[in-house]
Amino acid sequence: MNHSITPPDTHIPYVQLLDPAGSACGPLPAWAEDGSALLAMYRMMVRARVFDAKAVNLQRTGKLGTYPSCLGHEATHVAVGAAMRAEDVLFPVYREIATQFWRGVTMKDVLLYWGGDERGTLYEHSPQDFPFCVPIGSQMPHAAGAALAFRIRAEPRCAVAYIGDGGTSQGAFYEALNLAGVRKLPLVTIIVNNGWAISAPVSAQTATRTLAQKGVAAGVPGLQVDGNDVIGVREVVTQALVRARSGGGPTLIEALTYRLADHTTSDDASRYRPAAEVQAAQLLEPLIRTRRFLETRGLWSEQAESELRRECSAQVEQAVRDYLATAHQDAGAMFDFLYAHLPAQLRSQRDDARRYAANH
Amino acid sequence: MPKVTMVEAINLAHLWEMAQDPAVVVLGEDVGVNGGVFRATVGLQQRFGSDRVQDAPLAEGLIAGVAIGMAAQGLRPVIEIQFMGFIYPALDQIANHMARLRNRTRGRLSCPVVLRVPHGGGIHAPEHHCESLEALLCHHPGLRVVCPSSPQRAYGLLLAAIRDPDPVMFLEPTRLYRYAKQDVSDDGQSLPLGQCFRLREGSDVTLLSWGAMTIETLKAAEQLAAEKIHCEVLDVASLSPIDFESILDSVVKTGRLVIVHEAARHCGVGAEIAATVTEHALYDLLAPIRRVTGYDTIMPLYRLEHDYIPGVERIMDTVRATLAD
Repeated sequence: MNHSITPPDTHIPYVQLLDPAGSACGPLPAWAEDGSALLAMYRMMVRARVFDAKAVNLQRTGKLGTYPSCLGHEATHVAVGAAMRAEDVLFPVYREIATQFWRGVTMKDVLLYWGGDERGTLYEHSPQDFPFCVPIGSQMPHAAGAALAFRIRAEPRCAVAYIGDGGTSQGAFYEALNLAGVRKLPLVTIIVNNGWAISAPVSAQTATRTLAQKGVAAGVPGLQVDGNDVIGVREVVTQALVRARSGGGPTLIEALTYRLADHTTSDDASRYRPAAEVQAAQLLEPLIRTRRFLETRGLWSEQAESELRRECSAQVEQAVRDYLATAHQDAGAMFDFLYAHLPAQLRSQRDDARRYAANH
Repeated sequence: MPKVTMVEAINLAHLWEMAQDPAVVVLGEDVGVNGGVFRATVGLQQRFGSDRVQDAPLAEGLIAGVAIGMAAQGLRPVIEIQFMGFIYPALDQIANHMARLRNRTRGRLSCPVVLRVPHGGGIHAPEHHCESLEALLCHHPGLRVVCPSSPQRAYGLLLAAIRDPDPVMFLEPTRLYRYAKQDVSDDGQSLPLGQCFRLREGSDVTLLSWGAMTIETLKAAEQLAAEKIHCEVLDVASLSPIDFESILDSVVKTGRLVIVHEAARHCGVGAEIAATVTEHALYDLLAPIRRVTGYDTIMPLYRLEHDYIPGVERIMDTVRATLAD
């Protein structure tokens, strides 16, 4: 029996490369010297924000179902998308649309899903990515499973899983992380700590000082990053992916951001959250600082901003038109993908569904 | 043709399919070096290596969830849940994801997972080791639920389950694991899912059963033959989707139906079968449908387990009562 005791590595680094004023906090990674890389990320952040506002409006006017706004999370979501390779696989929660946009999921896809149509998960350009995962935390074992498949087939690919601060209270979060530690899986997990799980603040979820340190118990290194710093997040995720791809094992990244909107359009955060806290968080949000940084570098202007906003609005309006023009699925569609082949016992139910659907 | 027990037949099916299809992988607690607590996976890790036969950490929800991620990546995981009472932590993954992945992605991703789990009591095992929870699983569209009752059917149905493009819950009756040896042709031939097997032909009454209860049911049929009661015995085998066509054909022929299962009666699979038969064949029935089932109690500890599991006498009495109606 070998019960040798090694002290756990409990040090949780904190990374911030771009401060809230839009100034670099020290030397930036080489890739950040490339203006086009930074511009592409900023453009996607704006695109997500414009889309997000429209989606909330669509819900308010009865044209979309319940929708979880991503307002304030854009830096983390875009940075993760930018750090991933096409052949990696994404396991989202349900708010990370900017990552999905980066990977080719369309605005229409997202609208279809929240508009009550399963075809919104077809993801033509990222066909192995998982769809949104509503039962909190349950996506984590799927990501570990994909990572295990990559290990078994010796493929240099990574699984990237998102989870929220509340999700880290789920057993599935720890179980998956634990397996990733045991098997040194190529799994990079991003905890988007936005402060709130519906009405529960992080202080009600855990007594730990950080969420990243939850990796310690699984033997998975963890770190914190300013989740509103698009350069910092991209850099730490890139490093984690490089490490995972080369057999170095999993990483747990806690991105600190803030949920500026309600949990979903069905929520009213003013019932449980002080307005002052939200106002303070507005000052730290990611778009302002990214834009300032780009302006300082001479990469951005008021005119470029207006053009981008116009372009994004046009894209969103087109997506909304396509979404609203999409014919509903036939009522029989609820049977079509239950099994590879419809069992005989369900044929008469499908006939009923079609017959009665025609009557309303 | 080797004479093997059911657990050996299950092992042979793994061996065959893992040799044929490199996508087949095994994951579970103690399935590797130890070969599984019932030895169903014995020798597999030695033969196929520790990448394809992996001991999992002790977390059933994890095992089921990891299988989903592997299956969506094109592998064909065969996972083992050690005892049926331990399946509950996995139900979240089974119900919310395994059963739904194909549907919620409109066929883009699918989940060809086989979840093997010992089923039922009768082997003097501890608490939570003896449950019969097929009804829980059958209530979830998108799953197949299968329960073999002989070494050959375990072999053929497990091969079919591994080859099936959808998730299959494969319930293995614990007291049949080593109940009897049977010649099993280890030729890679699968048996059809979604079909009943007629174990005995008869004209007076149809007895439906599955898993270990087919043994008591066949014994009852045998003894009743001496009383000139000719029982037809069907092994339902696939509990979801279920072969109602064969069941109805038999009931229409005999006019009487007795359903025998080990699981509790309330909302059991027997209730679903009885309801469907009345919907389609009420006027062909000569007597009310009867059920012989486990009681609506907690599965007792082992001193009373044989008082819980329906015995031959209970089955015979019920059949006699059905004939007397």
